[in-house]
Amino acid sequence: MMGYEQTKFDATTEIDFVLVGTGAAGGIIAKELSAAGFRVLALEQGPYLKEKDFEHDELKYVRQWAVSNNYKRQPNTFRSAEKEKARLQPAIIYGRMVGGGSVIYSANYWRFHEIDFVERSRLGAIAGTGFADWPITYAELEPYYTKAEWELGISGLAGSSPFDPPRSKPYPLPPLPIKSSGALAELGARKLGWHAFPAPMAILSERYQGRSACFHCGFCQYFGCEARAKSSTLTTVIRDAEKTGRCEIRPNSCVRKVEIDKAGRVTGVIYFDESGREVFQKAKAVVLCANGAETPRLLLLSKSNLFPKGLANSSGKVGKYLMFNGSAIARALFEHPLNEFKSVVVSRVIHDFYESDPRRGFYGGGGIDTRFVSYPINFALQGLPPDAPRWGAEYKRLLKENYTHTLGALSHTTSLPLETNNISLDPDVKDALGLPAVRVTYKDHPDDLRTMKFLQDRSVELLEAAGARNVWARPVIEQTFAFHLLGTCRMGNDPKDSVVNKYHRAHDVPNLFICDGSSLVTSGRGQPTCTIQALAYRASEHIIRMAKSGDIKPSL
Amino acid sequence: MLSEESSYGTFSEGDRMEDQEISRRFFLIQSGAGIVSAWLLSHPTEVLAAQEHAHRAAQSAAPVKFEFFTPEQAAEIEAIAAQIIPTDDTPGAREARVIYFIDRALATFAVEERATFVKGLKELPSKVKKQFKTKQRFSDLNSDEQIQLLKAIENSPFFELVRTMTIMGMFANPEYGGNNDQIGWKLIGFEDQFLFKPPFGFYDRVYRAERERGEAV
Repeated sequence: MMGYEQTKFDATTEIDFVLVGTGAAGGIIAKELSAAGFRVLALEQGPYLKEKDFEHDELKYVRQWAVSNNYKRQPNTFRSAEKEKARLQPAIIYGRMVGGGSVIYSANYWRFHEIDFVERSRLGAIAGTGFADWPITYAELEPYYTKAEWELGISGLAGSSPFDPPRSKPYPLPPLPIKSSGALAELGARKLGWHAFPAPMAILSERYQGRSACFHCGFCQYFGCEARAKSSTLTTVIRDAEKTGRCEIRPNSCVRKVEIDKAGRVTGVIYFDESGREVFQKAKAVVLCANGAETPRLLLLSKSNLFPKGLANSSGKVGKYLMFNGSAIARALFEHPLNEFKSVVVSRVIHDFYESDPRRGFYGGGGIDTRFVSYPINFALQGLPPDAPRWGAEYKRLLKENYTHTLGALSHTTSLPLETNNISLDPDVKDALGLPAVRVTYKDHPDDLRTMKFLQDRSVELLEAAGARNVWARPVIEQTFAFHLLGTCRMGNDPKDSVVNKYHRAHDVPNLFICDGSSLVTSGRGQPTCTIQALAYRASEHIIRMAKSGDIKPSL
Repeated sequence: MLSEESSYGTFSEGDRMEDQEISRRFFLIQSGAGIVSAWLLSHPTEVLAAQEHAHRAAQSAAPVKFEFFTPEQAAEIEAIAAQIIPTDDTPGAREARVIYFIDRALATFAVEERATFVKGLKELPSKVKKQFKTKQRFSDLNSDEQIQLLKAIENSPFFELVRTMTIMGMFANPEYGGNNDQIGWKLIGFEDQFLFKPPFGFYDRVYRAERERGEAV
C-alpha cells in the first residue's frame, strides 16, 4: 500500500536524532534531517494510521476522540487561576497519531504578518504581560513560509489580500472553489468596504506531487483525508522521510523522560514502547516537537539534580505564556441553501481587522472567516438559534429548515502571553501510563476578551450586510478549551525569559532542540500551523548546519 | 477555541475494532483496487451506488434483541425519543430506530451512562402517577400528556441524556444501529458522499453565473 519499504532500526543502530512527536513540525524535521544524511528515529505516542483507515464517522471522530487525545487515557485538568484546585475537565485537544494535528485540522494556512514579529516594539509594553518581540523577523522567516507552501502543497491566491505580507513566490496551487459562505463573505465585505480574499488552505485544488485534488467530501476538520488531498505531514514529508531509508517512524511510543549526563548533555530518551515496556533510546541529539502541551510536560517530567525545575528550565519559563488564540463565532441563517457541509471548511477570509488599533482602546486584532460549522449531531445538539426549542415538533421543523441554510463567521484573535497561563504537572491526576497529567491554568486577558467581542461584532455586521435572515452570537466568555497550544517554550535571545534561542536550541542544553507551537513568542491571529511549519523548515536548516559543522556535541 | 465543540462519550477497544472492520469493508467497496482518487473522479455514480450499498449492507434488516434494556424499558425510552424528534409528515426518532442505537451504546461505548438511565427509568412511573393519577407508564400517556410530563423534567440530567442520545441515534452513521435508512440525514439535507462538485449551494452558483456573465465587481 505504501509503495516503499518502511525503515526499521534495530537496537544497535546508532541514532543521530531522536524526535519526539511527528505532527506539523516533527514530520518536516524528520524529512529534512534524514534527507541531509542523518539517522532519525521519530517517536510518536499515537498510532500509525493510513489513508485506508480514515472514516466518515462524526460519532467516532468528533465525539469519541478516535484520533485525538482521549480524556480517559490522557486526562488533563483545568483551572482558571493558580490559587484554585484544578479539576478534571477536557481543556486541550491535539492530534494523537502519526502526522498529529496536521492530519485532522481544518487546514487553514495563513502566514503571520510582519507586525506579528515586532508588535512589542511597535506598540510598547503591556503591563502584567510577557508581550515580547520575536528573535527573528518576518523577512527572515519568509523563505521558509514559501518552502512550506511549495513542499506541502498549499492553495491560495497571492496578492488577493491588500493586507498580505510580502512573499517571494505565489502559491503553488490556485484557490479552492468558492462556497456559498465565501460568496456571502464577499458580498457583505464589499458593502462594508472590507476585503474578503480566497482562503489559503493546505488542501490541493489541483493534482500535485502525485496526490489527488480535493473532491469536496466535506470531512476535513477532525478527520483524516482519504484522498491525500489535505497536505498533512503524514501524507507528504513523512513518506519522503521514510523513503530516505534513514528515518524510522515508531508509533505507540510515549516518551516519559529526556535523559542527560553529568555534564548536562542529552544522552537519549526513555519511552514506553507499544507493549508498555520501558526502553532507553540513545541519541546524539533530541528534538522535541510534541506540541505546546506535551513538550513542556515532558521537560517538566525530566527533572534531575542539574535541572531541579525541569529540563532546560533555568528560566522557569517552561510551560509558561500559554496562548490559545481567541475565538468567537456568529451564526446566521440565509434564505437559500448554502450546503456548507460540502467541500472544505473555509473559502474566504477577511483581514481588515488584523492589526491592533489604539483607537479601539485595547490591544488585539484578528481575522474572520465564513465557514461550515457543524456535522449533523453537533448541529442538532447546539446549532439552532438560542431561542429555538430544544425538542419536539418545532425543534424538528427548525432542524429540517436550518441545517443546509446555516453558516458561521468565526473570528480568530490574539492572545497575550501571560505567565499565569501555563502548562504544569497535575499533582494528583495520572494518565494511563501513571505519569502526572497535563494541568492547564488559563484565563483570557481582558484585552483578549475585548478583541473577541470586537471581532464578533464585526462578524455580525458582515452577516447582516450579506443579507442574513437571522444572525445570532452567544456572549463572549472566558475560554476553557483550546486547539491551539502556543508559547510554552518560547524562542528568545534572553535565556532568562525564553527556553530556546533563535535556532530552536535550548539555552541550557546544547544538544536539545524544541520546535512546535511551544516556540511561538506571540500568538498571531489564529491559524498557527503555517508558521509552525515555516519554523520547522528553518530550525531544520540550522540543526543540519550545526550538526555538519560539529557544533552539536553529543554526550560521550 | 470553541468551547462548545468539546466532546462527549467514550469508546471501548472492542467497539472500535468492530467499527473499523465495517469501515474497511466500506472503504474497499468504494475504492476498488485502492487507487482511490483517480477511480473516484472517473466513476462518481458508481461511488454513490457503492456507498449506498455499503450503508445498507452494514445494517441489519430485522430488529435485534435488546442488549441492555428490557422490552418495557425500551418502550419508555422510545416514547420519550419519539417526543424529542416526533413523527409527522416525515419520519422521526422511532422510524430512525434510535432506540436500537441507544441500547447498543449503553451496552458498548456509553456504559458509563447506564446509571443515569436506570435512575431515570426507575423514577419515571412515580412522576407519571403523580401527574396523571391513573397511569403508570410514560408510553401509556397520550401525546399531549407526554409533552406535559417531559416539560416538567426537561432540565433533569436524565432528560438531557436521553435527548443527547436520541440526537446521536438520529444522526450518527447508520452502522451504529440508528439513523435507519439515513432518515436523520435526509431530514436535514445532509449527504455523506465522497464526491461533490461545485457549485455547492445557491449563493456560489449565483456568484459563478455573475462572473461568467462578466458582472462581478
